[in-house]
Amino acid sequence: MYSKEVMDHFMNPRNVGEMPDADGVGTEGNPVCGDMMKLFIKVKDNRIEDAKFQTFGCGAAIAVSSMITEMVKGKTLDEAMSISKEQVASALGGLPPQKMHCSNLGADALRKAIEDYRQKHGSQ
Amino acid sequence: MQCYFDHVATTPLRPEVLEAMMPYFKEEFGNPLSIYPLGTNAREAVERAREQVAGLVNAKSTEIIFTSSGAEANNFALRGIAFARQHEGRHIIVSRMEHHSILNSARFLEKMGFTATYLPPDRHGLIDPEAVRKAITDETILISVIHASPEVGTIEPVREIAAIARERNITFHTDAVASVGNIPVDVKELGADLLSMSAHQFNGPKGAGALYLREGQRIIPLIFGGIQEGGRRAGTENVPAIVGMGRAAEIAKAELPHRVDGIRRLRDRLIEGIMKMEAVHFTGHPEQRLPGHASFCVEYIEGEGMLLMLAAKGIYVASGSACTSKALKSSPVLLSMGIPTHVAHGSVVFTLGADNTEEQIDYALEEFPQVIKRLRELSPFSKGWGDIEEGGTCIPKK
Repeated sequence: MYSKEVMDHFMNPRNVGEMPDADGVGTEGNPVCGDMMKLFIKVKDNRIEDAKFQTFGCGAAIAVSSMITEMVKGKTLDEAMSISKEQVASALGGLPPQKMHCSNLGADALRKAIEDYRQKHGSQ
Repeated sequence: MQCYFDHVATTPLRPEVLEAMMPYFKEEFGNPLSIYPLGTNAREAVERAREQVAGLVNAKSTEIIFTSSGAEANNFALRGIAFARQHEGRHIIVSRMEHHSILNSARFLEKMGFTATYLPPDRHGLIDPEAVRKAITDETILISVIHASPEVGTIEPVREIAAIARERNITFHTDAVASVGNIPVDVKELGADLLSMSAHQFNGPKGAGALYLREGQRIIPLIFGGIQEGGRRAGTENVPAIVGMGRAAEIAKAELPHRVDGIRRLRDRLIEGIMKMEAVHFTGHPEQRLPGHASFCVEYIEGEGMLLMLAAKGIYVASGSACTSKALKSSPVLLSMGIPTHVAHGSVVFTLGADNTEEQIDYALEEFPQVIKRLRELSPFSKGWGDIEEGGTCIPKK
């Protein structure tokens, strides 16, 4: 059902946990709907230095969270902002059609985290 | 260690069953309608299987109609009786504990101009016979209530409900797919007019089911054609599968009295161990339940993750969570029992069979807490749910 990459990121997720001193936090989804993702970023010189996540959801939702936190590290905020759900899904070797919304969740949580950072730091 | 704890999905085929089936794939390939020996051998094999299946549920062999599956038997019962009795009334009653093959048949009948009442269960998954009585109208022709729930294991008070139906001359059907072969089922004692069963739920092959139809009960076929199954279900018989169902029924009948206690002991050990964990809820009725059935909702995590992590350890279980279903909908049964949606996402179902051992239970009890702990470490709710708004719709973005 899932690709090797999805299973790897699900069984051994990277960047798990809370980030108490995060510069930006983005939450997307709802536990009533079955998946919720909380994404934390640490920003330095307009670049994402570190990212962490906490996710309630299926295997795909967890793998997407893990993958997207890996993908954003070292990227500028603008670069990270432009990461699409398709890019996340393809980095994971594809997702089953009914799980594509999980990659959307990841991209949206990331955008919210960046917006949160920009709002707090008054930059564009 | 491999632990198969998903006997509600299907059960392993018994070697003796396969052995009984084999000749009918090979040399005994005849059509039961043919009059030469190759045909009459097949005919006799089908009739022997009919007696074996009838014996398992205390029916007459003439009251057993073979089908391709439990789902077909359920479709046949609902549509067959509704159309046979539509001139007497056009109202049916089903419960919210039913399998999709019943619920979707009821919805189809609604589209055909029937009305349907869907009775909710209590928090243990029980349907109240008095609620059934109250739902009856002058138009009611059919009541269908599941015998035992594959999702939460609850065994319904079918005998009481059947008696109420009989008082009012209403046909009563029960979906006994999850119970036949796993607990003693007696159609006379239950008072059912129709009863569905499925071979692969009791170590028989897939592709074989049966509908018990009480003598004298009229039904409209689902499949029209030849004279097979007394003209009530056309199509050349799936002889090997039917033979397998018969042999599996015979074995189940012989072994059932010795089997149930052992399975129940293993299940109780599993339940006791799992309930030691925090924020884990038992689902279904604590006593009136299938002997091998243990079902839970684990808070703060989601069912599919549990399934995948357990599978990586060789432990195979089921879940009624939205993410494990292709339709991305939580089990309507869990929701109708009043379990909040976010908790229902943590559904996990262990169903044991005669092939399970104490060592397997102990292994699962070692591994499962670690899986829960791991997934809770990933969850933003590991410290509680916080404020959650129930309701609203969850339509995944495209």
